[in-house]
Amino acid sequence: MKDDFTIESNECVAERTWRLVLLSDDTHYLFSGEFVDIAVPGFYLRRPISVCDSSEGRIVLYYKVVGEGTKALSGMAQGSRLNLLTGLGNGFDASLCTSSALLVGGGLGSAPLYPLARELKAAGKNVRVILGFNKASETVLEEEFRSLCDGVEITTMDGSRGIKGLVSDAPSFHRTDYDCFYTCGPLVMMKAVCKALPIPGQLSLEERMGCGSGFCYGCTVQTASGPRRVCKDGPVFNKEDMIW
Amino acid sequence: MVKDLSVNLGGLRLKNPVIPASGTFGFGLEMAEYFDLNLLGGISLKGTTREARLGNPTPRIAEAHCGMLNSVGLQNPGIDALVGEKVPALRKIYDGAVIANISGFSVEEYAWNCEKAYACDGIDIVEVNVSCPNVHDGGMAFGTEPSSAAAVTKAVKEVCRKPVFVKLSPNVTDIVAIARACEDAGADGFTVANTFLGMRIDLKTRRPVLANKVGGFSGPAIFPIALRMVWQVSHACSVPVMGCGGVASARDVIEMMMAGASAVQVGSENIRDPYACRKIVEELPETMAGLGIDSLEQIIGTV
Repeated sequence: MKDDFTIESNECVAERTWRLVLLSDDTHYLFSGEFVDIAVPGFYLRRPISVCDSSEGRIVLYYKVVGEGTKALSGMAQGSRLNLLTGLGNGFDASLCTSSALLVGGGLGSAPLYPLARELKAAGKNVRVILGFNKASETVLEEEFRSLCDGVEITTMDGSRGIKGLVSDAPSFHRTDYDCFYTCGPLVMMKAVCKALPIPGQLSLEERMGCGSGFCYGCTVQTASGPRRVCKDGPVFNKEDMIW
Repeated sequence: MVKDLSVNLGGLRLKNPVIPASGTFGFGLEMAEYFDLNLLGGISLKGTTREARLGNPTPRIAEAHCGMLNSVGLQNPGIDALVGEKVPALRKIYDGAVIANISGFSVEEYAWNCEKAYACDGIDIVEVNVSCPNVHDGGMAFGTEPSSAAAVTKAVKEVCRKPVFVKLSPNVTDIVAIARACEDAGADGFTVANTFLGMRIDLKTRRPVLANKVGGFSGPAIFPIALRMVWQVSHACSVPVMGCGGVASARDVIEMMMAGASAVQVGSENIRDPYACRKIVEELPETMAGLGIDSLEQIIGTV
């Protein structure tokens, strides 16, 4: 679905990290793990960004300024219009969890886990979260997860916030009462998480995309069940799908 | 006055000249959720080889000013899946022209694949891709020499009695020489042209953006070059041409047709906007009215 949105707010909330709130006249029910594809004025291809939160006619996105496109996006003012493709991707499957889940986010990979945490809590599940960042100044969404979940631990590579080290250095990583996990973040982190945890799990992949809708075959990855498009068959895959 | 958008392409009557280009519209089926495919003049399906191919490693998409690069590398399920599954499934929801885009790594493979496409009822036109820049020892290797392009054309024409359109490479010194050689070998038409070989470098990593290092450049940036090539080929040859390269609007379609195109393919614009072809088809009557054009066929090659 293609729709024009109005920027309600677009502000820097952490180092190189922006929070974008968009409004539309139409209701967009967005599920966890889904993404939108934003046409940034002056740039040819759209920018795929995971949805962090949504309610009637309103969506919240987090993005990092990494190149010219996201830099231009960060300069867009309240009231500006943006054209989005919505309803993209296959999201997280909350029904994978029977009673207790571990969510592991790395950097802005934390954002798509937030609506999942809400979904799991609404279904009465026990949800613990580990969020890993490089340093304190990059930390996002900590309070949002704390208000929702049964436990939140922060790790930073330089120790400037929470536990110093990797997400696997957090004590809650080593609990054995989870029946599944969900993770999103850098590939090396997700690989380590998938290899370390002997329970079912899902991860969300990132890839340079063309269409974002499954017809250009630009973002194909090889999986245990054959070639799969990150944009359409993913971005969420089961741990068993991965060929590391 | 009602505008006549229909065109004749290789003996087929198309309701309009707008055709999504191969590789930018999947096998059509992927697009059915966006709009009714039956408003399209035709659909050129994703390039197909004899064996299934996984394509190149990622990243295989890069951005550029006014365009994009791809190095997908002919990911496809193979010719048997095309004729046995993809085309029959598309035919259940679509009654316009179906163009099978065929690639190969040898003259024999092109002929093998085209014979299968000929035997498939749902396929109307065979587009022979001698111009894919993203595979080694195949694709473009055949389209950059008149003799090899003609050899492929001749072999295909011996086994396929459906209209054969040769999709030419723009990465050549003299596209007309190659077109003439193919026409002499029996080509029923041309698609002009495929993508331009290009490259981007990530300044931070100091590495090529594409894992394949180079890829095909497409988008509005190449429109004037593609238009020039359509004009050259359509005036040098007597067979019809499908114009392809950077088309993004109804005005671009009309410009391509004035240059000599009988039909017009829309490529990268689909990737920016899955509704692009529908938008262009819907814009055509009003654009024609503004230019005093009653029938699109009357403007073909008028420049």
